[in-house]
Amino acid sequence: MRSITKTLTAAFLGSAMLAAPASAKEFKFAFQGDAGTMDPHGLFETFTLGFQRNIYEGLVARDGNMAMTGALAESWENTSPKVWTFNLRKGVKFHNGNDFTADDVAFSVERIKTEGSDMKVVAALIDKVKVIDDHTIEFHTPAPNPIMPLQLEIFYIMDKEWSEENKTTEATSVAGGDEGNFANLNANGTGPFKLESRQSGVKTVLVRNDDHWEDIDSNVTKAIFTPIDQDATRVAALISGDVDLAWPIPVQDWNRLESADGVKPLTGPEARTIFLGFNQTDDELKTGGDATKGKNPFKDVRVRKAFMQAIDIEAIKKKIMRGSATPAGLMIAPQINGFTEGQNTRPDHDVAAAKKLMEDAGYGDGFEVTMDCPNDRYVNDEKICQASASMLAKIGVKVNLLAQTKSKYFGKVLAQNEYDTDFFLLGWTPSTFDAHNVLSALMSCRGGEDNIGAFNLGGYCNPKINELTAKVQSETDQDKRQAMIEEAFQIHSDEVGHIPLHQQPLSWGVSDKVDVIQRPDNVFDLRSAVVK
Amino acid sequence: MISFLIKRLLQSILVMLTVAIIAFALFRYVGDPINNMVGQDTTLEERAELRERLGLDDPFFVQFGRFVTNAVQGEFGISYQHRRPVSELIAERAPATLELSLLSAILAIAIGIPMGVYTAIHRDGWLSRAFMSLSLIGISLPTFLIGILLILLFGVILRWLPTFGRGEVVQLGWWSTGFLTWSGIKALIMPAITLALFQMTLIMRLVRAEMLEVLRTDFVKFGRARGLPDRYVHFKTALKNTMVPVITIIGLQLGAIIAFAIITETVFQWPGMGLMFIQAVREVDIPIMAAYLVMIALIFVIINLIVDMLYYVVDPRLRVDRAATGH
Repeated sequence: MRSITKTLTAAFLGSAMLAAPASAKEFKFAFQGDAGTMDPHGLFETFTLGFQRNIYEGLVARDGNMAMTGALAESWENTSPKVWTFNLRKGVKFHNGNDFTADDVAFSVERIKTEGSDMKVVAALIDKVKVIDDHTIEFHTPAPNPIMPLQLEIFYIMDKEWSEENKTTEATSVAGGDEGNFANLNANGTGPFKLESRQSGVKTVLVRNDDHWEDIDSNVTKAIFTPIDQDATRVAALISGDVDLAWPIPVQDWNRLESADGVKPLTGPEARTIFLGFNQTDDELKTGGDATKGKNPFKDVRVRKAFMQAIDIEAIKKKIMRGSATPAGLMIAPQINGFTEGQNTRPDHDVAAAKKLMEDAGYGDGFEVTMDCPNDRYVNDEKICQASASMLAKIGVKVNLLAQTKSKYFGKVLAQNEYDTDFFLLGWTPSTFDAHNVLSALMSCRGGEDNIGAFNLGGYCNPKINELTAKVQSETDQDKRQAMIEEAFQIHSDEVGHIPLHQQPLSWGVSDKVDVIQRPDNVFDLRSAVVK
Repeated sequence: MISFLIKRLLQSILVMLTVAIIAFALFRYVGDPINNMVGQDTTLEERAELRERLGLDDPFFVQFGRFVTNAVQGEFGISYQHRRPVSELIAERAPATLELSLLSAILAIAIGIPMGVYTAIHRDGWLSRAFMSLSLIGISLPTFLIGILLILLFGVILRWLPTFGRGEVVQLGWWSTGFLTWSGIKALIMPAITLALFQMTLIMRLVRAEMLEVLRTDFVKFGRARGLPDRYVHFKTALKNTMVPVITIIGLQLGAIIAFAIITETVFQWPGMGLMFIQAVREVDIPIMAAYLVMIALIFVIINLIVDMLYYVVDPRLRVDRAATGH
């Protein structure tokens, strides 16, 4: 009898499903590059993880407004200072039909520790995993960690059985070896879309997973993704209707999209803060002229403040960013946990005051310095550098601009080349969407353990910030934590450790035939795509 | 003939080695691959470890030696970007480039030669003048501009043709072809014309110039004096004698078409080897760059070899000369 009911239910469901293709909705989208891999543990990069998000799921997720929601975990709790307990969702199945259980979570934690994994940062958060039952799991952390769920959003869960069957129990490595290569081109997640086919760098096709647990807005049944390298081609493909969504769109093409039929630009503030930084480590500028023989003017806070006041951020916003940037006074964007509007202020743009500061510091005649700048990484990055250089010329500083492609730029200014820069432009979105990431990576003194200060290219250093950062990491009282974050940012602002410029705009182009939600971290989630 | 071949083969190996060494020397100026391979939160230790595993810290000649040893065995390593064997990627992308290049070459030859002959014979006709002005456009406008203009006209304004990509492809074993579907053929039209235009005008101008030269020679005048029909004089006597330099150029240009498909492929997002190369340059994917450059060198070397052998076929005098000097 039972089996008959089952058959009947199956038949009923089957007929319901057969009705679905009548409303088949195809969605085509293009980005400037491809997802690096389909392996969810292979590359910690925004677009790659954002794309994989349609196929795989983490324990927790963010919605279109970046608010935390449950995904594979229904609820979670800090059961003791160093233990987070996750109650897993029941009845979830992987695309191949396997059940999702706590064992899969434990397996995924093991997998991100393997050689090829780029998720070791996440692995480092977890000391020990304890499976309580099929749907309860405990993560033991090395130290109290109040923001652990935030940090787990991009940790996607793989199926243990599937990975073992396909010999992909280790993360896909770039260094070779075929181990793990299966997950590079194939996927088996729990997400709302299944990977139908993939030719890396050419085309990736996703189809709807009808058995997905969540009720999502999207009515898309098939999604086709193509990377399109050239801006002009990408814009043309959008206008001609060959794709429904394309990004990024050059800021200067917005007018074109507005005047074209059936498409429009979709813009908003990105959570990425663009800023300038100074060499504050060396005793003599590497690229200075005679005026700075044996001296490093950037060690003087007056010079750093003069630089900040010399830069006309409103002019950059208006002339270069077409009015779409959000001038910033803090190193974090409003969307980031820890942001306070009260601190987000800049000293007025004032050339006279800046000149006075330079004179006081003994550089009334200015000096010479080379500025490192990428030219294909951030929105109009090179133009911002050019504008800054000409603004600094007004206070007597001769800036020699060295703008180059990102691979060359990062190869020069990062740790592996001993931070070879005197003056630079950089952009940063904290991957956790929490202020701690910025305090640690950009603002703490270098030379500590782990990644502390790893992207503090100029070596700005105030040990007080390191101290506060360490406390922020483990403070579980949110109010106390917020107070410490604000204290650290205040020190940094007072000392002009860096010059925050603005949050750059997100720049997408969409067809009128579709609705999508634009996340401030520049991630496109197919869950939000509705074809009209 | 055999000693000639062996000599050419040895020269070819030398050329290939030189290309490889120059390419390799250039890679150190392309930038640092590591930052494109890891996320921003990857620690410095892990970055250093990855660099070590990839052997990027080894001295130049150690890296080069390793590359040559592997390349000789047909092994080009694993792409940093795609995380797959480079040989597999090239095999996957080659059909797209070869179909595009072949079609462009056929277009260039099939249209360029008749146009050249026509403009040489009817020097002052209005059609000749039209062809000549058209060729000026073809030879002076850069490829990417032509591509973008075509996209704008036929893709965006008229919407007749797709703006990017290869359309639907059909797999025939490992070969993927766009010739068997309507969308595949439509997708081929603009890239093929863009790629062919420069070569076509080049061939046309070359044929015209050579033909004019030959038409002035004594043996052509003699042919005319003998009362041979114009058709015979133009196509049998004159055209055949213009073909030696034309074949050289066409041969070399065939290599150029494959190599310079890079630009056309980038503009049209054509998923061939050239596009893959450009992406590799941007991401500093050294295994792909190295394999591609060596492969293009190989193509040029082979084409040159074939062209040399074709001289033998077309021009009997060469055979006599070589025999006489003991080669």
